[in-house]
Amino acid sequence: MARAATMKGASFGYKMRKFVASKHFTRGTLAVIGFFVLWQAGSMGLMPFMHAIPTPVTVAEAFWEFMGTGKYWQSWMDSTLRVTYGFVAAQILGIPLGLGMGWNRNFKDFTYPLFELMRPIPPLAWVPVSILFWPTNESSIAFITFIGAFFTIVVNVLGGVSAIPRQLVDAAVSFGASPRQVFWRIVLPATIPSIVTGMMVGIGITWNVVIAAEMIAGNTGLGRLTWEAYLAGHTPGIIVGMISIGVAGYVSSMAVKMIGDWLMPWKKVF
Amino acid sequence: MNTAEATTPPPVCRAGEGAMSIRKVGKIYDPEGVHVVALNDCSLEIAAGEFVAIVGPSGCGKSTLLNTIAGFDGLTSGEILLDGEPLATVDKDPRPGPDRVVVFQHGALFPWKTVLQNVTYGPVVQGAMSEEDANKRAQEMLSRVGLNDIETAYPGQLSSGMQRRVEIIRALINNPKVLLLDEPFRAMDTVTKSASHQYLLELYDATGKTIFFITHDLEEAIFLADKVLVMTTRPGYIKKTLQVNLPRPRQYSMLASEEFLAMKAQLVEAVHEEAVKAFEAGEREMA
Repeated sequence: MARAATMKGASFGYKMRKFVASKHFTRGTLAVIGFFVLWQAGSMGLMPFMHAIPTPVTVAEAFWEFMGTGKYWQSWMDSTLRVTYGFVAAQILGIPLGLGMGWNRNFKDFTYPLFELMRPIPPLAWVPVSILFWPTNESSIAFITFIGAFFTIVVNVLGGVSAIPRQLVDAAVSFGASPRQVFWRIVLPATIPSIVTGMMVGIGITWNVVIAAEMIAGNTGLGRLTWEAYLAGHTPGIIVGMISIGVAGYVSSMAVKMIGDWLMPWKKVF
Repeated sequence: MNTAEATTPPPVCRAGEGAMSIRKVGKIYDPEGVHVVALNDCSLEIAAGEFVAIVGPSGCGKSTLLNTIAGFDGLTSGEILLDGEPLATVDKDPRPGPDRVVVFQHGALFPWKTVLQNVTYGPVVQGAMSEEDANKRAQEMLSRVGLNDIETAYPGQLSSGMQRRVEIIRALINNPKVLLLDEPFRAMDTVTKSASHQYLLELYDATGKTIFFITHDLEEAIFLADKVLVMTTRPGYIKKTLQVNLPRPRQYSMLASEEFLAMKAQLVEAVHEEAVKAFEAGEREMA
């Protein structure tokens, strides 16, 4: 692995410095600053419809206040746990299901119609039954997040298995691989890119879903925090909640992307 | 790339193996329905260690023939013998095996494996060699074709010419009786292609394997092969056999020789007729 190591070898610090010096970073930074300038202008009444929005400074003050409370961090914790449970369960059940449907025609015949019937039902439509079926609020919210990620991962894995180039399987068979070896050593690795895509899309959906579910059914979490701020008429609090959700989603996408890079060293060319 | 001279012991080669008889082979797809006759009464003999090239218009059944030999596809009549043993018959379920490995048209290196892992895949999965022995053997073979410094690279990092070289080595490490090549150099630019011819010929001269080579490039066919077979448009059978008596090792200067051009003219005529038939058949199907 000497060569692969030298290619990945550039240290994280070096890569960060290089990134910060690049024009992409400059553009991104400019866009973010521009956004805040527009926001400030809007709150000062310089743009229509936006005078009700608190200024960035007010929001920053509220942010500081929130960060001093245990409740804020508890909300982070609760939402993160729900996303993690739902997301991980969706991968554990969804990846094998997708692989099975893609690899075994009989299995697909039995499962696919039912799957396609349930897939269009939006996660939030599961809220009522979920509250009825599951013993605790926590479990029903985790279940709804699970639904959000589950169908996405299955569809991606199934698509990935179907798209495996025929000649890869043929080559393995002609080298003497048994069906079991073909599955574990060809089909599975060939599907990893689709698994990672499914995970990337899925993690975004779970955050969407968990926030909505918390607003409807939760007592805690970032979604609930935002909703409570609204009920209390605390506009800066609403914005703090929204920004927190954005940060949470961004950080978890990054984490999933890192897992993806680790799973696919061959995709990381230079 | 003067690796031929540098070749010390050639890879293990059981001389005299790899003779193939293809006898009145027929292949009908979907006999109950559309009933496409891909091969009909297709017969040819390949001597052990012979380099045979098959040419013919697109869709004529060249690949079908290769797939039946490889064991990816069954046949509906006739039989194929390898060294006198029945390899494929009507009653026998097709079975691919490492005694006749394929190098595919679009390439089939496993993108998630390094070059070394790709090359050792066959012997390791068959349990024919320990991973350690397979690595050693693969390293030897790779360095013989000047690829020893890319062992830890992934296929995606290699040029198309290098990928093909790795793929041919990956096939040869199984010590097959027959090497089946399905238009392996099709998508290459002229320069890469002629370099690829060079190393394929060097490997052929060094190993003496039987090679079954599909192409639609007539010059390539004559330059590489001992025998060029022209296949008809569907239903496919062998219409013409051209013995190529150019001496080996083949030299590029031969491409301009009278003899070469005369052979090419014969092939052009034979293939052109079939191409016109195929085209007209296509028009009829469209109408």
